Amino acid sequence: MNTATRYLGQAVLYGAFALAIGYFSTAPTYTHLAPGEALLKLSFSHGAQRVGACRDRGDEELAKLPPNMRIRQDCPRERSPVIVELELDGARLHRESLPPSGLSRDGSASVYRRFVVPAGTHRLAARLSDNAKGEFNYRGEKTVTLAPAQIVVVEFHASSGFQFFH
Amino acid sequence: MESNIRTQALKAVRAVEAVFDRAFGARDNPLRHLGALGFYFFWVMAVSGIYLYAFYDTGVTEAYNSVERLTHGQWYLGGVMRSLHRYAADAFVLVMVLHLVKETVNARYRGFRWFSWLTGVPTLWLAYASGIGGYWLVWDEVAQFSATATTEWFDWLPLFGEPLARNFLTPAAVNDRFFSLLSFLHIGIPLLLLLAMWVHIQRVSLADVAPPRRLGWVTLAALAALCVAKPALSAAAANLAIEPAQVALDWFYLFVHPLMYRSSPAIAWGLAFGATLLLAAAPLLPKPKPAPVARVSPPDCNGCGRCVADCPFSAVRLIPHTLKGTYKLQAQVDTALCASCGICAGACPSSTPFRSAGELVSGIDMPQLPIDALRRQLNAGLTQLSGPARTVVVGCDCAADVTSVTGKGVLVLSLPCIGNLPPAFIEYALRRSRQGGGADGVLITGCREGDCAYRFGNEWTEQRVAGEREPHLRLNVPRHRVQIAWANGGEEAALARSLAVFRAALA
Repeated sequence: MNTATRYLGQAVLYGAFALAIGYFSTAPTYTHLAPGEALLKLSFSHGAQRVGACRDRGDEELAKLPPNMRIRQDCPRERSPVIVELELDGARLHRESLPPSGLSRDGSASVYRRFVVPAGTHRLAARLSDNAKGEFNYRGEKTVTLAPAQIVVVEFHASSGFQFFH
Repeated sequence: MESNIRTQALKAVRAVEAVFDRAFGARDNPLRHLGALGFYFFWVMAVSGIYLYAFYDTGVTEAYNSVERLTHGQWYLGGVMRSLHRYAADAFVLVMVLHLVKETVNARYRGFRWFSWLTGVPTLWLAYASGIGGYWLVWDEVAQFSATATTEWFDWLPLFGEPLARNFLTPAAVNDRFFSLLSFLHIGIPLLLLLAMWVHIQRVSLADVAPPRRLGWVTLAALAALCVAKPALSAAAANLAIEPAQVALDWFYLFVHPLMYRSSPAIAWGLAFGATLLLAAAPLLPKPKPAPVARVSPPDCNGCGRCVADCPFSAVRLIPHTLKGTYKLQAQVDTALCASCGICAGACPSSTPFRSAGELVSGIDMPQLPIDALRRQLNAGLTQLSGPARTVVVGCDCAADVTSVTGKGVLVLSLPCIGNLPPAFIEYALRRSRQGGGADGVLITGCREGDCAYRFGNEWTEQRVAGEREPHLRLNVPRHRVQIAWANGGEEAALARSLAVFRAALA
């Protein structure tokens, strides 16, 4: 191979290297959401009610405890699972039972779920149970209009109930 | 099965390398310096990164705005630096993967190489952690997509009390301190990567950590040209209320996100963990019975240190001489590191066939083919040589099969590595020809330049023959009677052609 051909070969190979780096650094474009699709996210972290009721210790029982542990109320540590249901336009989109975290099952129950939904106007309804009986004691609903690629977040706080951010 | 697939893959890799050899020459062939190019790109990233860091502001809006100011406000330097940082990172992944493929098809994952192989596995994770974190710093749509996808991926692992993805749930969820943490991580993780790369090369001597100057400059020029032709730009600023629908992904780093969304986090983790486990377990694959390691003969070792200097795997060191009243130092072989290549025996000045001792014992030698046995083979073969252009062909077991060129007037010898050949043997074979019954020429072959199975066997041999490295071939040996023709396994036809041309010249 003569010198000119070698240099030409080098130029081609260096060009291919630069081309490969330049192209794959931004292409091909990844279609994450199709046109006309939006995103619904359900996420919260909530400490449910205890599985059992608290009881008051008697005086005799309290006296047996070390002085620093003499607290009148005795509550079980374990919390109930949180059951959450989400409806989109009257149809159930998601139902999940979320166990409490922690080795003693006394922590918060958390969730993060994402759903691809068609853009447009939707009626969202959510309900949540955080008690041992499984009764839905929190409810929320809202009509939202989502542009393509818009995100609506369904969050929950015990103090304010369900919130819909979009 | 494994061997068959690997053999076919090796053929393909060598064919590509041969194309690059023709264009670049073996010395400047980037495919023969992939590890060195990895280090080189790391330093390009480090230098450009320090510059970028000086202008980077940590903050939800400041991060994006400061990168935009740098990219457009001083496109001639800041913009180029940013592009260089990005493209060097991409090139780093490219050479890292090619390096991995090349070492895999060469079966360089077992035996004495287990340490280098195993320590390479965490560098893959650290490289990706460094690169993906870098993307987040820009805080554009790509960063938003990557941050959300990564946390959703990690949330599949039962490690976190609260989902990490909640940190990117709404625009209000991200705060300025997040970017301080990110910039700290983007310095800390690359430093860990550098540490891992340093550990990776600890068991090799004279590690190839810098490409040849010409290759380095031209590669940098190619990257710089790319920076000007296609500068790295940010996408639109991140907005956690809008999901990026079309993402201009960097596929070198972010391919795992589409993989996860098109399959599931479990499958993406399965592939990542599975690949990691496979790589980590590769040294446990069945391997050929290891050859005996080098052996030191203290009475014949004067502690000159040439074996120490030439050993490619730092397996030989000098210790106080065990025989009192002789020399101060002697060689000692670390059996765990020894590759059984015999390069040390080729470097030993006592490995000369001209010694009149009945049994030739070298200071350091290979039990499977001692210098004395080599001399006996040579002597026996030389007496059988006849006809014009009597030629001794010395090759190695890792390269082109020298027995393929056996014929009338040709004596072939195969060593564990061509670096195992003491240069005095060349002179020995040629000097006997004057007395009749010897050789008219010696043809040396072995792995192609930059492709020695034991790293330096061919390079040291070339330097010894050229008189540039001790022990060297004496200057009075006529060089036209010595020919070097490197040929890899599978290139026996090329070796035969080189031999024919050499013998024609000798005749």
